[in-house]
Amino acid sequence: MICQECGKKPATLHFTKIVNGDKNEIHICESCAREKGEGIPGSSNGFSIHSLLSGLLDFERTGQGAKQETVRCEDCGLTYAQFSKIGRFGCSSCYKSFENKLDPLFKRVHGNTVHVGKIPKRSGGIIQTRREIERLRREMATRIDNEEFEAAAQLRDRIRELERRVEGL
Amino acid sequence: MSKRRFAEHPLSDWMKGKGPESEIVISSRIRVARNLRTYPFPMLATNQQSLEVMNRLTGVASQGKLSGIGQFDIYKLSELTELERRVLVEKHLISPNLAGESRNGALVLNEEESVSIMINEEDHLRIQCLYPGFQIREAWQLASRIDDIFEAEADYAFDERRGFLTSCPTNVGTGIRASVMMHLPALVLTQQINRILSAVAQVGLAVRGIYGEGSESTGNLFQISNQITLGQSETEIIDNLYSVALQIIEHEKAARKRLVAENPIRIEDRVNRSYGVLSYAAIMDSKEAAQRLSDIRLGIDLGMINGVSTQAMNELLVMTQPGFLQQVFNEALSPEARDIRRAELIRNQISQHNNHGGVSQ
Repeated sequence: MICQECGKKPATLHFTKIVNGDKNEIHICESCAREKGEGIPGSSNGFSIHSLLSGLLDFERTGQGAKQETVRCEDCGLTYAQFSKIGRFGCSSCYKSFENKLDPLFKRVHGNTVHVGKIPKRSGGIIQTRREIERLRREMATRIDNEEFEAAAQLRDRIRELERRVEGL
Repeated sequence: MSKRRFAEHPLSDWMKGKGPESEIVISSRIRVARNLRTYPFPMLATNQQSLEVMNRLTGVASQGKLSGIGQFDIYKLSELTELERRVLVEKHLISPNLAGESRNGALVLNEEESVSIMINEEDHLRIQCLYPGFQIREAWQLASRIDDIFEAEADYAFDERRGFLTSCPTNVGTGIRASVMMHLPALVLTQQINRILSAVAQVGLAVRGIYGEGSESTGNLFQISNQITLGQSETEIIDNLYSVALQIIEHEKAARKRLVAENPIRIEDRVNRSYGVLSYAAIMDSKEAAQRLSDIRLGIDLGMINGVSTQAMNELLVMTQPGFLQQVFNEALSPEARDIRRAELIRNQISQHNNHGGVSQ
């Protein structure tokens, strides 16, 4: 296959971009990719995952008319439009500023929207305790369903103790 | 200026160790991305801010907080030559991004070069741990320990719902990228590779060629890594990668057995032919070198070649990269000159080993 940009060199990079069912195939050679700034994995101007991501981020706009309101991160000043163009957040507050737009994006990229992994030890103590409380509540509910009231009562006491600790923090 | 240690030796010390399944898995790597809560991500940080980030994070190393892990050197990227940076990229110790685009970028590197900590790359902090062979769990344990050390000293950007916050939405959550580098010549030869790789992609893992262009692999080397970082725990991510890699290892082993059983003379011809070419060729481009070196590595694994070690192959893989080549010969080389020097380097390396054996017949 020959590069669709220069029509000379063999195409070594093949992308398929599907946005809302519109399929778009791109076949280009390495030097055209460099020039176009699409880049190559591992090369210094790296084909960025970001240019692919911006395709994902844009889907929203193509969906429902074009009602463009400017959402801006109050801390770093990045707008949502800029974010969807470069595919990178400007600071940790962007996650809050763009909060209600992120679920569909994370769903697409990760298939999930909520973190379940490691929690920082120092700042995360309270989070860990809250997770433990949730877990114990679920366990308590099952015990009650199974009519294991003694075990459920023990769990209830443990939950109370943890809740007091969280409030104390 | 004297040569820096990392530029002198093509093979990091950690690569000299032999890990489990090292005939197929060359290395295991974990990368952890973290950011400081009070600073904008490197892309938007001012010069002053990124300087502060660099000082705070390199400070953790310079104050000896990492001494339980090993002995570390700190390099500011601005103090390295372009060639030195290129060598670091070729040894996979820093990313092309840190080498080329970072502002106030820094590298904290241990003596064995098994831990490389990048500062002010796309994220403020990227901890990378490398292990020889198939030791992805061990790599994560070490990376997590280092992560804890930094966390004790710096306020991480962390959100209860989203996890560790990263510059790129593809890293948010755990912030970890786990990967194994595999040598899969028999799966390529028997044309099973595409089928396997597309199956791998369906379980949320990514595959890419190494030292190749795009997804094309040279030297039959493939890197398999997790894509999902949010909604799975670190252990799930690593277990998933582990079990998929384990299956690929089994497939590769079976394919090797079949190759030898079905047509031993053909595989022997391929291995010895490459051995001959590398022993005598005067011009060698990087793609051919990678392919021939892969054949020899396979020959070593199958017991067809003695005397040359897998370690020597790993060494040549790095040494024949453009940056390292110029470092070895201490001069800037045109692509044509590189091909000649590369051939020379390989001939020397092989004849050195040849004294103790060579092709077994």
